[in-house]
Parts: sequence; structure tokens; C-alpha cells
Amino acid sequence: MVLLTQNEEERYAFNANMNNARNLSHILKAIHFKDTATVFVTENGMKVTVEDAKCIQANAFIQAQVFQDYIIREDSITFCINLDILQECLSIFGSNPPSVTAMRMMYNGYGTPLVITLEEDGAVTGCSIKTQEPDQTLDFEFSAANVINKVIMKAECLKEAFNELDVTSEVLQITMSPDHPFFRLSTFGTLGQSHHDIPNTSDMVEFFECNQTQSNRYRLSLLKPSVKAVNLATKVCVRMDHRGFLSLQYMIKNENGQICFVEYYCCPDEELENNDNQF
Amino acid sequence: MRFRTKVFNIDCIHHFTNVVNTINKLLKKCTLRLTPDKLYFILPDQVSNGGVSMWCELKQANFFDEYQMDGVSSEHNEIYMEIIAENIVRALKSAHNAKSMKIKLTKKQTPCLTVEIELPSLNSSSRLVTHDIPVSVIPRRLWDEYQEPTMPEFHVSICMPPLKTLKNIAERMKNLSTYLTLSANQEGDMVMKVETELVTVATRFQNLELPPFKDDDIASQAPSKLWPPTEMASARVDIRKFLQFLAGQQINPFKVICNIVNQSAIHFFLIHDDISLQYFIPAASV
Repeated sequence: MVLLTQNEEERYAFNANMNNARNLSHILKAIHFKDTATVFVTENGMKVTVEDAKCIQANAFIQAQVFQDYIIREDSITFCINLDILQECLSIFGSNPPSVTAMRMMYNGYGTPLVITLEEDGAVTGCSIKTQEPDQTLDFEFSAANVINKVIMKAECLKEAFNELDVTSEVLQITMSPDHPFFRLSTFGTLGQSHHDIPNTSDMVEFFECNQTQSNRYRLSLLKPSVKAVNLATKVCVRMDHRGFLSLQYMIKNENGQICFVEYYCCPDEELENNDNQF
Repeated sequence: MRFRTKVFNIDCIHHFTNVVNTINKLLKKCTLRLTPDKLYFILPDQVSNGGVSMWCELKQANFFDEYQMDGVSSEHNEIYMEIIAENIVRALKSAHNAKSMKIKLTKKQTPCLTVEIELPSLNSSSRLVTHDIPVSVIPRRLWDEYQEPTMPEFHVSICMPPLKTLKNIAERMKNLSTYLTLSANQEGDMVMKVETELVTVATRFQNLELPPFKDDDIASQAPSKLWPPTEMASARVDIRKFLQFLAGQQINPFKVICNIVNQSAIHFFLIHDDISLQYFIPAASV
């Protein structure tokens, strides 16, 4: 059994607890499209990264303030873990409101397992999950300085569009422009072409700054997982940089009303030409 | 052989429906045994079930207003038949708002359990819905296979925590491993655990009630008497069989007792005022 004394808990390199495990599992749902994740822990908080095909990366940020206690004895801690298993453990008591599971997470350094204790209604569950060698994660070199086009909108309007995307299309083309169509999602499936426009005047759009027309195609199969994030978010920020790299930032509120961010980076599909005039 | 019953009370019909729904969740095919006082739903211990067995008995007087039966002979006044539980469930669905229900053994092209349901209708005459459920009558020489299981010589006997909580946990654990170890001791502690190369998850319950066995009910040399009270008795079982038992519970029993035979088997025993159900899961071979 993995129940420790006060003294044993104090020795851990990382020891944090949360009154409601859903404040973590909820955010992790938004990036759960592969079974392995890399976890980075610093004094500011926790970042969990999932990648695929060297083209897409999702990061979930859970600040230290979201936890009730948060102790880290090293500058930074990194490990890889099976995300399927982590999510099953965090939801061990069923994870449906109104029930609330309290959670404590502990890690003692390289090679040791991640230890999680969860409690609900007097029953206590102890989990010990093997950690793996941390993989080098990609650096998409996406910087605010290189952003050409940026739109912030309420998540609802993107939710509808994303959930209705024609899955028979291999690509999702995103067009951002200071002129019509302003913001357009296009698919090219077996049933034909489909366009979904969101004009800059829409009351769903909170911020619109597009300096140059850009139209880039991204592999739909890689972007599809970001639908999970859109479904949980309240606001989305879409940015494109000078290389056509896409950044999708999702603002997700947890049950305590605290805000956490999830960010997806995606590089444009190299096989197809990037033609500025092609809508 | 003859069998006829009649129910007029809608609460009894619903109650019987709940029992049959529970049976249906636990197993597909079962044996229905009819005696003058009781009905039994039986799944005998067979290799094809993976060793799982079930015994459920109901006092007919608590469910039926009229009940008549004549068994295979006056000496052996019982009827055994094999039936598919889902067929009874389907028939009982029609009885949700019934005015009355009759169940009888009939001979159509094959022997059948015929369920006749009288439904209210807008005009004065009633609507009648009939279901014929084919059954296969089990001959007298095979009845020995369906004997009541003897209470196993358990090491620990304990009352389960709420089945709904266990079901939520077991459902998650099922995604982590095929096998689950259930342990308990005579001080009211119970642990559910799964263990694989990548992860160990164990849930502990404390201060669970112990079933009120009287001292003279248990022989002085019984394994439970010799078992140290703080020691955990455990059995490792196929998690899907455990989940099947948990998922089926629609009876809301007063108590669910869990008897563990160390390294050997788990025996569940539910009592409700007019029903008793036993479900037996053998330990998985390592």
C-alpha cells in the first residue's frame, strides 16, 4: 500500500496536492491523443506535453496556484509517463460531478515511480506509475514577434466548425486575411469542398489582427485531436507565423473557476504548395 | 408436469422483473428450478463458465398470487428447465404497466414458458400480449449437477462497501489489468488491487461491517477461526467476472457478504427479504 507518514512525504522531490483531481484530469483530456506524455515540473507549475509525427505538439499548463500545496525541491523535474494510465488513476473513483476526489502527487527523482494518493468518501487509493526516460520534445520556435495573423474568438464558434469538419478531407486549410474571407476553414473531401467562414465583425470575435493574407494546409488527422481542447475551452486564440506554423491557444476554466492554458502547435503540410491566393 | 402462476400486483411484477434483470446481467443461459415453495435460478460450476457459478432462490409466495405446480413425479415434485434469461427479460418488458400476468409451462412445437400479460386499454376490454419462451426440460437423471453449493470454508467473511463505488473503481481498473486481487481481514479492512509492469493501483476500505455469524454456526476448526484477524485473505480473479457481478445489481440488497477463501475463491452472498443470491468466482490460475 502506498500510504506514507508525514515524514516520508516531506522527503519527496516533488509533492503537491489538489482538492479536486478533476482540475488536473480535465485539462489533460484536452491533450490526450497519444499514450505517452512528457511532464516538466518547475516552481511555477506543471507542463504536460504530447507530440505526434514530429508535426504536432500539445502542451497543457497547470500553474502552481491550481494546487493547494506545491513543493518542489529541485530546479526542474522531467519524466515521461503513460498518459492513459495516469488518467485512469486520476479518475479511479469515477470522476463524475458532484463527487470530488482529493489527490496528492509525489515524485522522488529519476527512475522512481510517480506516486498518487486519491481519496473519496473515506476510501483511499494509492497508485504507483512507472516513469520513463524523458524524450527530447520538439521546439517549434514559435515566437510572438513572428506572428503575422492573430484572432481571438469565443470557443463556441470554433467548436461548431471543428466538430463538423469533413473527415474525408486529408487536409484542413486555414485562411487568415485582413480582407474577405477574414477567417476561413476549408476542407476538400470526397463529398466536395466545404468552407466555414468567421468574419471579423462577428460578435464571437474578440480580437482580430491580420496583417497579410495567409492560407496554409495542415493534416486534418493531426489537428483532429485539438477538437478535444476546443470542446473544453471558453476562448481560443489562433495565430500563424511567417512560416505558416499554427498556434492554437485554448483557455480552459476548471471547477474552481481558475484558468489553465492548452496550446497546440502544428506545422503546415510540406507536400502541398502554400499558395497565398488559393482559397 | 404442470406449472401455472398468476400475479395481479404491479409491485410484485416490478420486483420479479428486477430480479430477472439482475440474473440476466450475470449470465446468459441458466437453469430454472421450480418447487412448490421456491423458484431457483441456477448456473452450475462448469468449465465453459470459467468456473463461475450462481445460485439464486426466491420464495414464490412473495411474488405470485397463485402458484400451482406438479413436478416430474410425486416423489420428485420439481421441474428443472434450461432457459435464456434475456427472453424472460424481454417478455417482462411488456408487463411494465400490466393489470395481471400469467406464467405457465406449455407445449407448443417445443416446451415453452408462456407469459401472458393483460394490459389496460382505452375501452373496457383488455389487451393480451403473449410471449412463448422456448425452454429445454432437464431430465431427472441430470438433476445432481444442479445442487445447492455448499458454503465454502472461507478464511474471511466481510460486508462489502457500496457496490456502486466498487463498480466505478473496478471499471477503471479493468482498463489497467485483466486480473484484480480482492483481499480482506477480520478487522473490517478490504483492498482491491491491480498490478502490472507499469502500474500498481490499490484501493483500501476500512471499518467495514463483519457479518453477524454466531459462534456455534462455525465449527471450532473452521479455517476462519484459525485465521489471524489482522491477516488479509486474498484471491486474484478475472476482473470482468467481478465487474459482471457488480454491474448486475438491481435488487438493492440489505447486505452483500463477501467470503474469501485465501488464494482460492471469492463467494458473494446477497440477502434481500425474499431473495437470496450466491455468486462464486474462482481464483484465476497464475
